[in-house]
Amino acid sequence: MMNENILTCRNLSKNYAHLSALSGINMNIPRGRIIGLLGPNGSGKTTFMKIANGLIVPSEGELLIGGHRPGPETKKIVSFLPATEYLPSWMSVENLVRFFSDFFTDFNSEKAKGMLKRLDIDPKARLKTLSKGTKEKVQLILAMSREAELYLLDEPIGGVDPAARDYILNTIITNYNESASVIISTHLIADVEKVLDDVIFIQNGQIQLCRPVDEIREQEGKSVDAYFREVFRC
Amino acid sequence: MEWNFDNQRPIYTQLAEMIRMCIITGIYQPGSRLPSVRELANEASVNPNTMQKALSELERTGLIYAVRTSGRFVTEDEEKIASARRELAEGEVEDFLRKMRDLGIQKDEVIELIRRAETDKRSETAGASGKTGDTGENSRTGDVYDE
Repeated sequence: MMNENILTCRNLSKNYAHLSALSGINMNIPRGRIIGLLGPNGSGKTTFMKIANGLIVPSEGELLIGGHRPGPETKKIVSFLPATEYLPSWMSVENLVRFFSDFFTDFNSEKAKGMLKRLDIDPKARLKTLSKGTKEKVQLILAMSREAELYLLDEPIGGVDPAARDYILNTIITNYNESASVIISTHLIADVEKVLDDVIFIQNGQIQLCRPVDEIREQEGKSVDAYFREVFRC
Repeated sequence: MEWNFDNQRPIYTQLAEMIRMCIITGIYQPGSRLPSVRELANEASVNPNTMQKALSELERTGLIYAVRTSGRFVTEDEEKIASARRELAEGEVEDFLRKMRDLGIQKDEVIELIRRAETDKRSETAGASGKTGDTGENSRTGDVYDE
């Protein structure tokens, strides 16, 4: 069960009519790493996330998590934070916590309550009464309160203010355990750079590079943020 | 301590430098136990693997050592710490001299400038304490601020 790689892609491709969203992706994500999935808009980040969570199926090739194709076995060990709002908005925050704890055996309610308190979020409030940023915080808290083996976070901090962003990133590195990995897709590279082990640059559905953050800094003499701007200059 | 990083160099190198600084300045005393990787990583808001790498780097230089099961400790060898301090100072001087060369300032002039900066500082402090009496409240707060 404890394979070395938590996630493996073999020739993974996804086509929509005449558009190729992902083409021939081969990669291995080891356990115990925090990885940034970085790429311009429309590069295939969300398509990748959706395939990994079984929301869409690949046109070709395969993606395996812990040796399984996306399905009931993988959902048990993957905590997914979609880029969009997906929770029923009429529910209160505390009801959502209960909902998650019924749904996922690895959900830690105490952890969720602690984080909500720390970020000053009223558990009685209904989701629809919260601001965009606060809603995102709630979703992220729910995702990070699971003791999963793989966290897939699609644009997790876009609407969150910088102070809360720091707190959330700290939560991600404190949660870190040797057998779990985190994949974060984001545009806010400068903010996440120091918590990442490796970055994957993706463009037009293909992987441009996959390198450790410190190797980029060492060899290119610039931050990943600056390097990204250079590689994807418009 | 403030953990700020510049954008040009690897994060682990910068972490190693910051911890070395703490050892040189005595924030981490010789022979004392360092916080755990996880504690340090949290404090600096960095990935624990990166902190691990920084500590391995310091182990390699001998400034810290690991004891199986009980953690990492600052070396008791004060000579080693002193030589790290010297090395750091030499680096700073080298950088400074390079900048002076770029400005076209000759060695004698540099020495003269350092001397003058030192005496200026001393007379400033002396002048400031003499002044406060007659110029009143405002300038006093200003002077305190300057020091």
